[in-house]
Amino acid sequence: MDKDLILLGHGSGGKLSHALLDDLIIPTLSGIPVAGQNDAAVVEVGGQRLAFTTDSYVVDPIFFPGGNIGTLAVNGTVNDLAMMGARSLFMSVGLILEEGMSRRELATILASMREAADLAGIAIVTGDTKVVPRGKADRLFINTSGVGAVENGVEINGCNARVGDKIIINGTIGDHGIAVLAAREGLELGTDIESDCAALNGLVAELLHEGEYLHVLRDPTRGGVATTLKEIAIQSRVTVTLREESLPLKKGVKGVCSILGLDPLYVANEGKLLAIVSPERADAALERMRSHPLGRDAAIIGEVTAVSDGRVQLETSVGGMRGVEMLAGEQLPRIC
Amino acid sequence: MNYLDEFRDRQVVLGFAERIRGLVAGRTTPMTFMEICGTHTMAIYQYGIRSLLPAEVRLISGPGCPVCVTPNGYVDRAIALARLPGTVIATFGDMVRVPGSSTSLMEERARGADIRIVYSPLDAVALAARNPQLRVVFLGVGFETTAPAIAGSILAAEQQGLANYFVLTAHKTIPVPMQILAADPELSIDGYLCPAHVSAIIGANAYRNLAEGQGVPCVVTGFEPTDVMQGVEMLVRQVLAGESRVENQYRRVVTAEGNVRAQAVLAQVFTTCDVEWRGIGVIPGSGLKIAETYARYDAERAIPVAVEELREHRGCLCGEILKGKVSPFDCPLFATTCTPEAPVGACMVSSEGTCAAAYKYGR
Repeated sequence: MDKDLILLGHGSGGKLSHALLDDLIIPTLSGIPVAGQNDAAVVEVGGQRLAFTTDSYVVDPIFFPGGNIGTLAVNGTVNDLAMMGARSLFMSVGLILEEGMSRRELATILASMREAADLAGIAIVTGDTKVVPRGKADRLFINTSGVGAVENGVEINGCNARVGDKIIINGTIGDHGIAVLAAREGLELGTDIESDCAALNGLVAELLHEGEYLHVLRDPTRGGVATTLKEIAIQSRVTVTLREESLPLKKGVKGVCSILGLDPLYVANEGKLLAIVSPERADAALERMRSHPLGRDAAIIGEVTAVSDGRVQLETSVGGMRGVEMLAGEQLPRIC
Repeated sequence: MNYLDEFRDRQVVLGFAERIRGLVAGRTTPMTFMEICGTHTMAIYQYGIRSLLPAEVRLISGPGCPVCVTPNGYVDRAIALARLPGTVIATFGDMVRVPGSSTSLMEERARGADIRIVYSPLDAVALAARNPQLRVVFLGVGFETTAPAIAGSILAAEQQGLANYFVLTAHKTIPVPMQILAADPELSIDGYLCPAHVSAIIGANAYRNLAEGQGVPCVVTGFEPTDVMQGVEMLVRQVLAGESRVENQYRRVVTAEGNVRAQAVLAQVFTTCDVEWRGIGVIPGSGLKIAETYARYDAERAIPVAVEELREHRGCLCGEILKGKVSPFDCPLFATTCTPEAPVGACMVSSEGTCAAAYKYGR
């Protein structure tokens, strides 16, 4: 293999992405260790802890059932802050436009960004706009950065999972990936699946009431639940055991996955979070989730079962046991 | 009823497991069954079927992943075609990552080649119709399940009068290699889980020579976990009774005669040929090539191109793995130099490949 080539798989959120980060990007730019690699950095300024995050959005198509590239960008940034237990404060919006893009479409996207920001309680305070010649970008790419405040006592980190902890998800998996896939030109799947794109900061605010019992929060976006749990297992040096039967899954998503040979555990979500909670407060956390509109289908999907070098295993729906690895290769390029 | 959950019923699966354990209890020699089809291999790993079976029943994987048995030379030709100006390669996703002698289609795409992933060969025909200035070459890889659709795409291109649609074929048929592997004393196969969808085309009768002539029990088996478990139980019962018949577990789809219409399309567009299987070698009469009448759609004959010199990957045990002689875990390259990100052999690439399944689910 030609090691000099950047491949689509390097943007999959799976193994190749991690290798690019670990071998090139992180050592060159910051050197931050694995244990500290989270959805947002937490920095201290004048005694106040701040969460700081950035993300770029290249989803294709830019409009899809349940959202568009703009709502995805705002909610994605809000969620990355929320996964550190931070209250969203400010964000930036960088637009890269392709020559010839429709101004009307841009207006629609900007309006939905403003609406999503207002809904999530985050202020868009700065930005930048560039235009590149036709063919040098695909209609619209967006970069967003966000800042949030982390209150004292909030200690949420991917390395905090402990043996006995329960894994909770706030609803059905794979909706976003399948909605975008179905919206792509040429795929007539006849589904009505909508993206789950949503801001999760309200739901997280509820969960923060569990205080020190809430150990890890992470949104399983690219790479899906499997890749995200594998990351956490490695960071926390534990084994996570999932029960396939308890994974919430829409019938339509299950059907499309069966037809196309996709494993829903690897399909992207944009309005889901995994919460890893002490066993004694797991039921209470589940109830809190279920009483929130974005957590009605919440379920306990597994638990942390052992200390290890970072393993994920799945008890299959028919009672067998198998390992779960990170996403390998490119499952669906440009999913977010 | 949605025809998904019914065939993944835990109690039914565990019931089969219990019965199989009872049937083989006390046996001193294990029974070895081969699943030929890659979709079976994947299902067996994905549902953890091996962990449900007793030690007396051993499942080994055969050469039924079409991508895995496609030789380097084919990939090299596809890459050479991809480098021609004005040429689009249309393919199912898996082929993009298969390593050729020195590069892969995925790398060529990163270098600028026009490679499109399609979900049906008819999408490739439509692509050719929309872009008369381009040459569209579809990579025709697959067994009897895929071949009729690709034959159909050639007929569709003919009907539309397209002169810019081509197929690079590496089609293979399943029964001949099954007969060869059954005769291999090193393997001593006690029974075959026969493929589900291939059998829908060729019919359960296609295995009668194997069962009645070579004395190997054959059970045509579906892809869902309850199907696989029932198929295994049926094989166990045949072995215990000293029988070798063709049985059909997958009666909801497969008939004795198969899909006669698809067989007719295959016979119209293709002729039987000798073909190379990666890691195994040339198997006489196990391939399908485009018939003389349709030669103008055959990329190999219609588009002359210089193909790079063939180079095999050293140390890769693909061939032995495809024959079921060794497991991926016995290969020194497995999960070290050969991973899904940097595959050495095609078995690590395809979603149906034994190594890919073992890497993803088996470790």
